[in-house]
Amino acid sequence: MCLAIPARVIELLPDEMARVSLDGVVVNASVALLEDVAIGDYVVLHVGYALAKIDEDEALRTLSLLREAALLGADA
Amino acid sequence: MKHVDEYRDGKLARDLARRIAAEARADRCYRFMEFCGGHTHAISRYGVEDLLPANIRMIHGPGCPVCVLPMGRIDDAISLAKRPEVTLCTYGDLMRVPGSNGSSLLKTKAAGADIRMVYSTLDAIAIASNEPERQVVFFAIGFETTTPPTAMAIRLAQKKRLTNFTIFCNHVLTPSAIQKILEASDPDAVEIDGFIGPAHVSTIIGTTPYQRFATEFHKPVVVAGFEPLDVVQAILMLVRQVNESRAEIENQYIRAVSAEGNRRALAEIADIFETRESFEWRGLGEIPDSALRLREPYAQFDAERRFTIVTRPARDNPACECGAILRGAKRPRDCKLFGAACTPETPMGACMVSSEGSCAAYWAYGRFRDRETGLQRVGAP
Amino acid sequence: MNKYEPLGRKLDLRSGRVDLSHGSGGRAMARLIADVFHKAFDNEFLRAGNDQSVFDIAGGRMVMTTDGYVVSPLFFPGGDIGDLAVNGTINDIAMAGAKPLYMSASFIIEEGFPLADLARIAQSMGDASRAANVPIITGDTKVVERGKADGVFISTSCVGVVPAGLYLSGDRARAGDIILLSGSIGDHGVAVMSKRENLSFETQVLSDTAALHDLVAVMVEAAGASIRLMRDPTRGGLAATLNEIAHQSRVGVRIEEASVSVRPQVAAACELLGLDPLFVANEGKLVAPEATEKLLAAMRAHPLGQDSARIGEVIEDEHCFVQMTTAFGGGRIVDWLSGEQLPRIC
Repeated sequence: MCLAIPARVIELLPDEMARVSLDGVVVNASVALLEDVAIGDYVVLHVGYALAKIDEDEALRTLSLLREAALLGADA
Repeated sequence: MKHVDEYRDGKLARDLARRIAAEARADRCYRFMEFCGGHTHAISRYGVEDLLPANIRMIHGPGCPVCVLPMGRIDDAISLAKRPEVTLCTYGDLMRVPGSNGSSLLKTKAAGADIRMVYSTLDAIAIASNEPERQVVFFAIGFETTTPPTAMAIRLAQKKRLTNFTIFCNHVLTPSAIQKILEASDPDAVEIDGFIGPAHVSTIIGTTPYQRFATEFHKPVVVAGFEPLDVVQAILMLVRQVNESRAEIENQYIRAVSAEGNRRALAEIADIFETRESFEWRGLGEIPDSALRLREPYAQFDAERRFTIVTRPARDNPACECGAILRGAKRPRDCKLFGAACTPETPMGACMVSSEGSCAAYWAYGRFRDRETGLQRVGAP
Repeated sequence: MNKYEPLGRKLDLRSGRVDLSHGSGGRAMARLIADVFHKAFDNEFLRAGNDQSVFDIAGGRMVMTTDGYVVSPLFFPGGDIGDLAVNGTINDIAMAGAKPLYMSASFIIEEGFPLADLARIAQSMGDASRAANVPIITGDTKVVERGKADGVFISTSCVGVVPAGLYLSGDRARAGDIILLSGSIGDHGVAVMSKRENLSFETQVLSDTAALHDLVAVMVEAAGASIRLMRDPTRGGLAATLNEIAHQSRVGVRIEEASVSVRPQVAAACELLGLDPLFVANEGKLVAPEATEKLLAAMRAHPLGQDSARIGEVIEDEHCFVQMTTAFGGGRIVDWLSGEQLPRIC
């Protein structure tokens, strides 16, 4: 039920809608809950609505923290 | 898939798991509850527990809105759908949930009721717009992730001046349920050492609402993303908090969750909804301030007011252990009905009805761990 | 002098519609059969114009199968109900290791169905039948009132011959067998779903509908009589097929998720819809336990088996579980799909 998936905004449409793509599969979604959505942004998509923008910097930070901890594990 | 595949990396997972095993103290057990049904599903589907050391146990929480919806509310939806003028729109998850006397929305549809499965509230609005002669009722359920889409549907209905659109509101609140779990006094309940906070509920409400669980109940909460590596990283963060006797709110899902949440969504929810004094949760009983209804200015969009619904309490099978399972006190295989009278085809209680429920997840993904020999998770389950 | 047309005026295949007279057994029905079905299927058997067709068989054990096709929508990316019906029926015969010989096709058509669509479906069937070298030699036509059939339903049967010494059956998998899968999963289901009205997503995924008998012939030649079992996953996906084999053969199955091929767009569509590709329908793949390097090489050399891979093994297990090591490294079982996720996938 909480099924949500990150998708890339590929086109902005009128009435606070947008076309978003997940690896080439394209759906229409509402971006009414977000401000300043731009083409190229990644959004978290849930039941036809974008709920949040993915912050690319924070995503990179999470991945490097993951890899750091994993390295420690690999040496363990 | 970007922002997805990176968090499913098996090699990273194995190394991270070794890190967890190194840091988990051998002289104690760690019991963490993942609140959200989506996390329960991810943990089961990817077999995350197989990577954890034996002294870390995951307890599945009640964060499955389909599972905790009381049978009486399904009965109400069925009554609504039986009215000849009503078109009931619902998410697919609700179609097979059993109501009283073995009924369900799927069976009611087979008998001729106008029930339509929708992927989004946008579809329900489109139906109401295109079919003005129908009374369109949207069966609204879900935690805070799913409430903003319902709120936006009402905004759209206002904008389009629809007079034939209402919602049957069953939205529930996450922090109230976590509080109920912490306050529960089960004689056989297991002490919970920390929580994995829900991913997408938190994109809406932020991390601030969990603060009281740290300050009043001294329980750490780590909000985690949806992918299995997110969950594993969150478990490492929880282990560290427990080892260091900290009880803080940490955010592993920083790429999508902020402390204050989604301001626009919260503003819409505050304007359109108010909290019910009390609401019955299947398996958990009555919980105060745990559910929403429409505020008076939006009464015209409230199915309960348009159609005068009086919910009659409906009881689960007395042998059903869902309540104890939802509170983390028992496991699916502790229930006499599991696998016998209660299967995904013939669900008896809350935990089996949705693929995110603990019993359904255990049936679909983990049942092989029942056996004494052969392929099983290393260490005590 | 006017040329006498025994069957009356030709059908308006562009804008005409099927009506009840086309099923009544009279001149209109004969016209429909001639202009649509005989034209598309054309072979010596049909030209004889009988209700049945007589043929010789070369001896050996015969195989017979029957199938029904109710897919919705009728036309989807990569195919339609017509070629689905031909390929699917041929595949049932092929899974016995047999050479398919002749097919029948019976149509139940809804009053009002556009003749253009019917002609298009018939043409697909004719093309598929010719490509597979399996003629449609007999058939039947019925028309029912509007609302009593969703456009058209197709029912088929097929006969074939199994080579001597070959005995394929679902109960013949053995512990120690290596399981081969001939290609990617989930393509057909996603292609059909992408055209369902209540699920609007755009994708380039095509149905994988294909007749597998040629690939099977290549496999039989490579492995000979040591092949004991083959099955094509359709509704219920790879999960259903593996569970069927496990239960029929009273064995367990263990597979590696990382070795099961899923196209990126299929994976993405499944994520969006909350579906697991393991449960999504296929129409052009097969699974075979009992493998050798020679067999895998033979499959990969065939156009329909280019992405063939080992995906796991058969083990002893009295519970007949299908277990999977996830790409993430953990374990889970792969159960039969509970309930019907989406109806009328094939």
